Amino acid sequence: MMMKFSVNDIRAQFPILQTKIGKYPLVYFDNGATSQKPQVVIDCINQYYSAENANIHRGVHHLSQVSTTNYENARKTIQAYLNAEKSEEIIFTKGTTDGINLIAQSFGRMLKAGDEILITEMEHHSNIVPWQMVAQERGLVVKYIPMNEAGELKLEGLDDLLTDRTKIVSLTHVSNALGTINPIEKIIEAAHQKGAKVVIDAAQSLQHFKVDVQALDCDFMVFSGHKIFGPTGVGILYGKEDLLNAMPPYQGGGDMIKTVSMKETTYNDLPHKFEAGTPNIVGGIGLGKAIEWLSSLDLEAIQAHENDLLAYATTALEAIPNLKIYGTAAQKSSTISFLIEGTHPYDIGTLLNQQGIAVRTGHHCTQPIMDFFEIPGTIRASFSFYNTHGEIDQFINALKKALAMLS
Amino acid sequence: MTIEEKERELIDSFAIYEDWMEKYEYIIELGKDLPLIADDYKTEENIIKGCQSMVWLHAEKKDDKVVFTADADAIIAKGIIALLIDVLSNETPEAIMNAKLEFINAIGLQEHLSPTRSNGLVAMVKQMKMYAIALNMKQ
Ligand SMILES: Cc1ncc(COP(=O)(O)O)c(C=O)c1O
Repeated sequence: MMMKFSVNDIRAQFPILQTKIGKYPLVYFDNGATSQKPQVVIDCINQYYSAENANIHRGVHHLSQVSTTNYENARKTIQAYLNAEKSEEIIFTKGTTDGINLIAQSFGRMLKAGDEILITEMEHHSNIVPWQMVAQERGLVVKYIPMNEAGELKLEGLDDLLTDRTKIVSLTHVSNALGTINPIEKIIEAAHQKGAKVVIDAAQSLQHFKVDVQALDCDFMVFSGHKIFGPTGVGILYGKEDLLNAMPPYQGGGDMIKTVSMKETTYNDLPHKFEAGTPNIVGGIGLGKAIEWLSSLDLEAIQAHENDLLAYATTALEAIPNLKIYGTAAQKSSTISFLIEGTHPYDIGTLLNQQGIAVRTGHHCTQPIMDFFEIPGTIRASFSFYNTHGEIDQFINALKKALAMLS
Repeated sequence: MTIEEKERELIDSFAIYEDWMEKYEYIIELGKDLPLIADDYKTEENIIKGCQSMVWLHAEKKDDKVVFTADADAIIAKGIIALLIDVLSNETPEAIMNAKLEFINAIGLQEHLSPTRSNGLVAMVKQMKMYAIALNMKQ
């Protein structure tokens, strides 16, 4: 089925995009940090609190049944979007960070001193620190796949980095700071040959293109609701059923138990074993709605539009003297990090903000990447499919004005 | 001029500009007249913590007045510290300690800086007052 993609129709569904910053229309290019929300998601949240609110999995009363059904249906929507085999493999979390901590603390508890964890030089801090923490506790070794000047992983040495002691390979699908799309299929295959399990940080990928966890054969995948048009404070951990079953629970409390006596507790089945306490119910339902909405769009057309925006902005930025783009991988998502020689990113960010342009400046929670390039930070423009060529023109003009003021 | 008189002058100068881009242009201009810190004082210790860019600040007493010098690696931060030095330098420690600095809100500076930057502004003011307290005790 071919659907027509109209950026204006899409924009009309995002009320916040009508915002003015002073006298300037908002140009929102900070989608890597969080995405905006379509009206259907906002309505869904409103509807939940207006007409459906009740705790789930606990009551026989009508509202509890309604909200339990909606929450569990959201899980099924997400299962379908990821093409997971079973809905039990979909665990609700607080977000990407929470999902990685869950794996590190739970799977990590099964590891022994000397076991190795392999991550990469381009990870977000949330895919570094949890591993360093468990490594310190249990005497594990954290190793890094290096990258090249273009911001691509150097895979020539992968076979040496993967050893018989490698138990986990955890890496980002798409770099939030550089936009690089990593060849995860290859890495998953190589890791599996050594018997290691693979965690994919999909925080920056699922909002741009579809992934199929069964085709990829990754063991775990984590992402955040707020970056994929859903609410904040909710995310997903996908894990293969046998692995999740083998892992010890991470947090104890209500909902995750089968029986509790003064002496001992038996744990509930998946997915509830990893969902202690009252969850972010409206978050889960809202995320389900966001993914249902996203699935209704023509994902190929969306990707074509984003690639177009990336190419257009890259060409325009490259024409600015002394501007350097960080992250020039052959495979990139619609994110551009850059610096302009002789100017400070905070000056640029501040003057862009005055002209209605929202970009991110700083290290983007990826200090090892900044160390690699020996820079303190970058200016990052990250596009979503609701952005337009006209907005890029506005951004470039605003940037030129800022540069004129700073020179 | 007292601190309050200097503040009043700044409020009047900013009132001329309607657009915040123009106000920033003015802030950038002010940064060009910043009394620069001597290279010897551009040390790790003299960096103000809490700013997103690097800001170095030094203070010393001349007669009974506190004299500030500074530098920053970002141009706007340089302008902002210059603005504060304009108001607070060459004043007695007591006057600096008691300064209310109402001009910051009056010109709308706080709301036009991102939270991190406005934290930087708060950190700059705090550091200047700390210097005043320290130099006051030394006398
Ligand atoms: C690649 C990547 N991983 C992890 C995270 C952390 O996500 P969250 O803060 O939603 O837990 C982010 C968010 O910036 C990210 O870009």
